[in-house]
Amino acid sequence: MSIELPKYKLKDLLDKPIFFSGGHRLCAGCAAGTMARQVTMAFDKPTMIVNATGCLEVASTIYPFSAWEVPWLHVAFENVAAVASGIEAAIKAMGRKGTYKEGETDIIAFGGDGGTYDIGFQALSGALERGHDFLYILYDNGAYMNTGIQRSGGTPFGASTTTSPAGSVIPGKHQFRKPITDIVAAHRIPFVATASPAYPEDLIAKVRAGLDVRGPAFLHIEASCNRGQRFDPSKSIEYVRLATETCIHPLYAVINGKYQLSRPSQRIADDPSKKLPVEDYLKLEGRWRHFFKPTKRTDLIEIFQKDIDERWEELLKKTK
Amino acid sequence: MVKIAVTGDDAVAQAAKAVNPDVVAAYPITPQTIIVERFADFVADGEVDTEFVTVESEHSAMSACVGASSAGARVFTSSASAGIMLMYEIVFIAASSRTPIVMAIANRAISGPINIHGEETDQMLFRDSGWISLFAEDNQEAHDHTILAFKIGEHPDVLLPVAVGLDGFILSHAIEGIEPVSRQEALDFLGGERVAKLKLDTTKPLSIGLLHLPDYYMEARAQVRDAQERSRKVILEVFSEWEKRFGRKYNPVESYMMEDAEYAFLTMGSSAGNARTAIDELRTKGEKVGLIKIRVYRPFFGEHVVNLCKNLKGLITIERSHSFGGPGGILSQDIKSALYGTGVSPLMAEYTIGLGGRDTLIRDYHIMYNRAKEAFNTGKNLPIYWWGLRE
Repeated sequence: MSIELPKYKLKDLLDKPIFFSGGHRLCAGCAAGTMARQVTMAFDKPTMIVNATGCLEVASTIYPFSAWEVPWLHVAFENVAAVASGIEAAIKAMGRKGTYKEGETDIIAFGGDGGTYDIGFQALSGALERGHDFLYILYDNGAYMNTGIQRSGGTPFGASTTTSPAGSVIPGKHQFRKPITDIVAAHRIPFVATASPAYPEDLIAKVRAGLDVRGPAFLHIEASCNRGQRFDPSKSIEYVRLATETCIHPLYAVINGKYQLSRPSQRIADDPSKKLPVEDYLKLEGRWRHFFKPTKRTDLIEIFQKDIDERWEELLKKTK
Repeated sequence: MVKIAVTGDDAVAQAAKAVNPDVVAAYPITPQTIIVERFADFVADGEVDTEFVTVESEHSAMSACVGASSAGARVFTSSASAGIMLMYEIVFIAASSRTPIVMAIANRAISGPINIHGEETDQMLFRDSGWISLFAEDNQEAHDHTILAFKIGEHPDVLLPVAVGLDGFILSHAIEGIEPVSRQEALDFLGGERVAKLKLDTTKPLSIGLLHLPDYYMEARAQVRDAQERSRKVILEVFSEWEKRFGRKYNPVESYMMEDAEYAFLTMGSSAGNARTAIDELRTKGEKVGLIKIRVYRPFFGEHVVNLCKNLKGLITIERSHSFGGPGGILSQDIKSALYGTGVSPLMAEYTIGLGGRDTLIRDYHIMYNRAKEAFNTGKNLPIYWWGLRE
């Protein structure tokens, strides 16, 4: 099955209905809310959402209110892929019996980085292996922000969190981010991609493609958190864009096993002088303050840069 | 009626086949039972229309069941012991999400140490979860309970999941003759396929599983409490309907030889079979002894127990479960609570038997009876005692 990414123009997207309403209680400047709005702009048929426990779930559905204008289900933290599997199976079986009449229905599972890299990983891997037809969206803000900024498998190197604090001996998290997108791609599912709310046309196209694919699809979205990453809330989108410009979060898709760079990252591949140093990103966020004060830790910045460079080079090789 | 000879596992699988659920999600944790293996044969041979989701853990099994049931599907699963422990978080959410899942539990001992043999403590831990909880004495009951559980759970006044217990090995692996219920009979009894009024519906978007802060949480939990209360009436109606259609009469609390009984065994599950035989033998010696059997453990029909205890001098509770540091066995605590303040207060002897599958023979019931009666005759209660324990 050939998979094409739809080509959207920003102007056309303005007319798209949005199924995530205002009035939710996400923090000012939270990129998860921006991400959620953009995701729903891709909807063009009956759609259901399953949400793992996390900021997006908690802040969008405080009883008796819900920000969701499509059917939405929350069960627990570590099982969103399993719950989505059950819904997909139910629709299939009831469709066969004639007791489900809405026809083809899109299913999205939202999980944060904790719910995906860590506690929900087994359920995700199982659902991918079984081949359920759904789109899993990882919105990654680099720590357990909902529970109080604890480190996760998605927390980047050196970041100070409440369980990997920058102390006088240990300078923040001393492991690197788990390569989740590659791990998911290794399941040989038809569609895997990364996206960022700083590039809405690209994000919405990938959501649409992921939903249209038969079988499992996975989308890794960088969604900054100004509270946990410690920066000015007005900079949310600017900083997630910087994550792409520094190649910390490159944009690409893996379609039927074939890696292809998306335009913002392709531009950097075409002209490496456009690749910004990671320091430009690190210096803006309080979670790396100890890299710069009281003394500048060039050694740590170099370790960070080396890891990102290696990952970027690996990605370039795969996309050739 | 044609009888077939089947294990308890097969009896349950045959019942699930008759119901033809939309979704079965299950995982073979140690200890696994053969229920879903048999069911997988039915799927492979096209004898059911079910989507069989072979999840990667028991936690995901119950999660997939909640997802499927929330989408309006009729859902079945089975598990036991360690599997129940792993899915415990979602067991509670299944009840509060009001998903009428039916789960057969081949009751088995909990680790550690790892054991895999028969014991009911696994399902007794559902006590506070909101699930309706049934226990079968034999394979016919396991078969029947599996079908009628859907009717109880899916009733609009109830909408709760139902656990159907059958003793591990003693029933699950033992062959008995049963009268199977056919697909047509099962669906006629259930009134056709499940019709869920509130579900994930793209024509009427609904959010399920919202955050309830202190201002609403108690009200949400009270809805589960009220559904449990309402289920009492539904259970009686469903049992009565079952008797009309299939001729097998079930009560939440069963009795045997209780009319003139001065003493009684009170138990659940397959132990009731041994108790009946022991009672028959004791009766030939002139002992006025009967049996009270709990079929429906949650909701607990305490007043039915009290009525049966009115003329008793002594009550002997025998349970295949235990609670460390508690004021008696898990079941006997419920019995004592039910009796308190009613003016009905027989002396009590409490026994825990057969943990981890240890055999308790008919002759053991004789000895337990004589030991209890001796104490009763001197006006004494006997505190919880682990029968057959080497000390």
